[in-house]
Amino acid sequence: MSADGFGGRLRALIIGDAQADRVVPPSGFTAQLTLFAAGAMAFLAVFALALSLASGRLADRWADELARAATLRINAPAEQRAAQTEAALTILRQTPGVASARAFTAEEQAALLAPWFGATVPLDALPVPQLIEVIEDDPGYDATGLRLRLQAEVPGAVLDDHTRWREPLVDAAHSLRLLAVVSILLITGAMGAMITLAANAALAANAQVIEVLRLVGAQDSYIAQAFIRRFTLRALSGALVGMVFGMLGVWLMPAASEEGGFLTGLGFQGFGWLLPLAIPLLGALVAYVATRRAAKKRLGDLT
Amino acid sequence: MDLGPLKLSVLWGKTSRQNQGAAVIELDNVGYNYGGGELLSNLSIKLAPGSFHFLTGPSGAGKTTLLKLCYGALTPTSGRVRAFNMDVKGLDRDQMALLRRRVGVVHQDCRFLDHLPVIENIALPLIVSGRDLSQEEANLRELLNWVGLAERADALPPELSGGERQRAALARSVILSPDVIIADEPTGNVDWEMSQRLLQLLVELNRMGKTILVATHDLSLIRAAKNQVQARVLRIWDRQLHLAGADL
Repeated sequence: MSADGFGGRLRALIIGDAQADRVVPPSGFTAQLTLFAAGAMAFLAVFALALSLASGRLADRWADELARAATLRINAPAEQRAAQTEAALTILRQTPGVASARAFTAEEQAALLAPWFGATVPLDALPVPQLIEVIEDDPGYDATGLRLRLQAEVPGAVLDDHTRWREPLVDAAHSLRLLAVVSILLITGAMGAMITLAANAALAANAQVIEVLRLVGAQDSYIAQAFIRRFTLRALSGALVGMVFGMLGVWLMPAASEEGGFLTGLGFQGFGWLLPLAIPLLGALVAYVATRRAAKKRLGDLT
Repeated sequence: MDLGPLKLSVLWGKTSRQNQGAAVIELDNVGYNYGGGELLSNLSIKLAPGSFHFLTGPSGAGKTTLLKLCYGALTPTSGRVRAFNMDVKGLDRDQMALLRRRVGVVHQDCRFLDHLPVIENIALPLIVSGRDLSQEEANLRELLNWVGLAERADALPPELSGGERQRAALARSVILSPDVIIADEPTGNVDWEMSQRLLQLLVELNRMGKTILVATHDLSLIRAAKNQVQARVLRIWDRQLHLAGADL
């Protein structure tokens, strides 16, 4: 053996905690399983995170946009419609808390109805009510007061302040976010459970190694460190790969668009793209804690 | 193997002197039972610093048990074991680990990490105690030469012969320059010539001031040792320890 090879081996032994890592024999297959599990969990966590962020945004957007707009629908015979519309617009302009009120033109109404009736149906022939868009000011108007006044002066007017639509939609978006958060917690828990199982298996498989280390005077912390380091690094690298694939998947999803409605726009936006970077760190932390607990318990059982 | 006037700087003069006079390891009225009756009872012994003891007795008499009591692998069911003036019973797991660094043990079956080459197995006590290996490199080389394994440094333990394993185990047990070396049947699986070489190494260690305790049923080994060193022979008989006379 050359002096160089000997010195090289010693240096390799000394570098960092890597030497503690060497005293535990490498375990190919279980190592790959741990990597795979960590990767899969990180992949799922990226989607759960994207869902949570997107549904949060959706809830905010719906709550905000729909809350600030209301619709006044005027159901009146054709000859009275223009007069009632004018009367309603006058009342709205006088109402404190209404920022603006605007009657939809015939073309705008036709465009809104086109998805249901098709572009070729002559809407003029149908008794389509006149719609007035009401934009709320901050603070808003008194909906009950406005309804009473409209009832008296414009009998064909129905005020729809979107509360009926908004609340279930916002509730749904909030539940979706809650589900996503629960998924992230479950993924974290499952990851911890899997690492604990893997660490226990590794500790059991290496019972003889641990015994030898104890015999030559290794303290528990040293032995535990060898396992902790190994599983933490595995979880970190596995989760890193899973995260990259997950982000790639999110990135490849269609971007938010008018046509796609709320189903698109499930990805990350702006600084949101930095959040998944926390997933591998969280995975490593979970692995660290899980392995530490497993090692402490198992070493405590030995003499 | 050259066992001439080789001076092992790693081991010479490092034996702590603080325990001189007091026993290094002391068993006081110790009893042990595995659950099926007493194996050892009311057993007392003091290992003075620098002493050389053989422990003998029929198979199953409790030689290995007695050794394990000495290095804390077992705790006595009655009586008291003191090592370096510390009650072994009161040590926590970390203190026990530190005690094992002061007591070099050669196990009957050697116990190596089979995936690491011999040199790293020998250096294992250094590694686990966080020593800077680069500073110990010369000592490690010297030790390998001393036990005649310089050529086998890169071999894996399963590739070694019985004698080579025992010498590697001995090297590992002394790498931290412990005050006491305890060997359990170190010549159990080796031929006569190899057992002489191992004995030679133990005698040298004793001359360096180490306290030696060797369990063996090989009486000719004990006779050979008596020509070179002042060794006392303890015999386990009927759960008790007896000092064997000059009739050996």
